[in-house]
Amino acid sequence: MLAAARCVVYRDLLLALRRRGDVAVALLFFVIVASLFPLGIGAEPNLLRSIAPGVIWVAALLSSMLSLGRLFAADYDDGTLEQMLLGAAPLGVVAAAKAFAHWLVAGLPLVAIAPLIALQYDLGAGLWGILALSLLVGTPVLSLLGAVGAALTLGLRGGGVLLSLLVLPLYVPVLIMGAGAVEMAAAGLGGGGQLLVLGAMLVLAAAFAPWAIAAALRISLE
Amino acid sequence: MLEAADLRCERGGRVLFERLSFRLGAGEFLRVSGANGSGKTSLLRVLCGLLTPSRGSVRWKGEPVAALREEYARQLVYLGHAPAVKGDLTAEENLSIACTLAGVAASRDAVKSALARFALPDDVPVRRLSQGQRRRAALARLALSGGVPLWLLDEPFAALDAEGIERLGALLSGHAEKGGAIVFTTHQDPGFAATRTLELA
Repeated sequence: MLAAARCVVYRDLLLALRRRGDVAVALLFFVIVASLFPLGIGAEPNLLRSIAPGVIWVAALLSSMLSLGRLFAADYDDGTLEQMLLGAAPLGVVAAAKAFAHWLVAGLPLVAIAPLIALQYDLGAGLWGILALSLLVGTPVLSLLGAVGAALTLGLRGGGVLLSLLVLPLYVPVLIMGAGAVEMAAAGLGGGGQLLVLGAMLVLAAAFAPWAIAAALRISLE
Repeated sequence: MLEAADLRCERGGRVLFERLSFRLGAGEFLRVSGANGSGKTSLLRVLCGLLTPSRGSVRWKGEPVAALREEYARQLVYLGHAPAVKGDLTAEENLSIACTLAGVAASRDAVKSALARFALPDDVPVRRLSQGQRRRAALARLALSGGVPLWLLDEPFAALDAEGIERLGALLSGHAEKGGAIVFTTHQDPGFAATRTLELA
């Protein structure tokens, strides 16, 4: 079972490595969207500082969603997804591994690059840590919830747009808690509470989303 | 080993087949033939459990396959219409990943010799191979699946050259001799005798 999970993660990372462009696009999208706001709004430090957590989180959300469409679609087209359904390991385990690989490729780089973006918003160095931490805990939730939506919209015409409509509302609690943690910390109240709620969301999503993904995949492949 | 009872399959409001029953024992070949759109692929998907029949059931050694799931999946190889290989990976990577996911132990050497048997280069991304070679890359899995009793093959002979057909035929006969069961669909005459044929109309 673990061998299968390891194999799926290894496979998806190998595929991402062979298609570096796709990974770079999502990351660049994040950087560009987050950079557009200071350019559009103007260099008013107090305003920028106050919108920074929300804007960075929204950009992370959109960037993470950008690569969701390909999460199962490519495997669906070439038939490898069928083989995963007929694999020796429970489908939930494979689904969790796919979501984890998606996070490694589309979530983790955002965590690493976020402090750099925060620089543009004149966010104090003391807040970089909590921004990165909130993204570290929050982005896996995005990958897990997003994978449920990707599995549900698999093989549908216009699935990409439907996917955003389906998934973005589910991202709202993560956005509120993630941006809230940084805002609280900026106000000197400490963002621990929000981070704990984010952590609870991650635990819940990690426990239940894989089985929802598995069920959705079975329906989509009928 | 495999038993289909009173199967009925509907796709898009059209009945593809109904009241379809058969039994398949060890060492038997079942060749499914029929016109395009007669439900050959759907039948195979029902047999491997990807598709739920609107009526009837498929049983493996007496147990309904819907309840067995991974237990059943470990006992079968299904090669569908799509070759199920990743274009960005080499044939060797594809094969060893497919085997790991299927729970079939395959050493590096075993993978290499299976690819050699199908005359495939092992270090070129599958994307650069021809249609027939891609097909071979998928079929190479059979060479490592001797221990898996049930083979369900959808058009295994499509896009293969004469030599490939011969190799595959030998592989299939060998599997049946060792007590495996095989269901395959084909339009062409495979060039060897199937124990049984099922004509879908």
